[in-house]
Amino acid sequence: MKLLHFVSIFFIPFFLFLIVLYALLQKKPLFDLFTKGAKAGITTVYQIAPTIIGLFVAIGVFRSSGALDLVCNLLSPIASLFHIPTPILPLSLLKMFSASGANGLLFDLFKSYGTDSYIGFTASILLSCTETLFYTVSVYYISAGVKKTRWTIPAGIFLSICSLWISCLLTRYFIH
Amino acid sequence: MLNILWACLLIVGIITAAFTGNLEAVNNSILESTQDAVELLIVMTGIISMWNGFLVIAEESGITKQLTRYMCPFLRLLFPHLPPSHPAFDYICANFIANILGLGWACTPTGLAAMKQLQLLQQQRGRSPDIASDEMCTFLILNISSLQLIPMNMIAYRSKYGSTTPFAIIVPALIATTITTLIACILCRILQNRKDSP
Repeated sequence: MKLLHFVSIFFIPFFLFLIVLYALLQKKPLFDLFTKGAKAGITTVYQIAPTIIGLFVAIGVFRSSGALDLVCNLLSPIASLFHIPTPILPLSLLKMFSASGANGLLFDLFKSYGTDSYIGFTASILLSCTETLFYTVSVYYISAGVKKTRWTIPAGIFLSICSLWISCLLTRYFIH
Repeated sequence: MLNILWACLLIVGIITAAFTGNLEAVNNSILESTQDAVELLIVMTGIISMWNGFLVIAEESGITKQLTRYMCPFLRLLFPHLPPSHPAFDYICANFIANILGLGWACTPTGLAAMKQLQLLQQQRGRSPDIASDEMCTFLILNISSLQLIPMNMIAYRSKYGSTTPFAIIVPALIATTITTLIACILCRILQNRKDSP
């Protein structure tokens, strides 16, 4: 496990080292290329800024009004059929919209149930095996100018439900 | 669909707040969430610019091209109608690698570049730029199904919050990611072949 920790610390610097070394051997104007890319990066963020602000406000209102909890309470009878604990539901829903919001909720769950509890463990797996659905969809599609997303959202929601169920199954298998 | 969903979040939220007496909390959250968004954007500006800079270096020195060659057989399965030497392949490949290695922030610039190329392809095919192509949907779904091998952030969070076994999630998380990715691949292959593709 020490090795893994070591790998995780050295990973990104080593990755960058390899890119730079490779490009250096090819005699490329490294810094010029970097600044060119970084400039495009700033434009990218500028382009996705309105999407992020819009998403954050909508999910902020939805959460603080108590609507998120209401939806979770409505869904909990269905979830309990699949042995999905109710405290995990808001996490799963929030994860579809914002990674930072989901992380905040994860820390709350860790504090109230413990990291190694059934709920803490399920939450850990759940957040490791899905990405933020609506963030990805809106940022990618809006930047490409696509308006009709066809089957992306239904398939994404289906995938989120699958990952929720799989996380619970795996937790039961690994903890008990 | 996004438009309707966004509106629903706000309308349902405000109606609920009116009935539960949470209007003050809503007022606060509007201010807070815009602040959070801008804070995130500031962090993003730095990190995304940095990764985009390294992406251009990797691209110009031919690293991405080479990686694409290794991943090509797998990518051809997922994107059967994408011309083999299309530049979109390079970005899709770079994006998947960033995802697999868990380089979080490096995913967005590569992903946006891939979407741009897919959009150009859509125009070359003479199709409406408003409608997502099968390739775009597949690419998005695979991005949503997290390809990350080792959830480093999660391990760090777990040990920060007092877990005695922070690394215990590596194996179950790997299994979960593998299963969701497989489901995503199968789902995309099924949906791609539907007749309604524009």
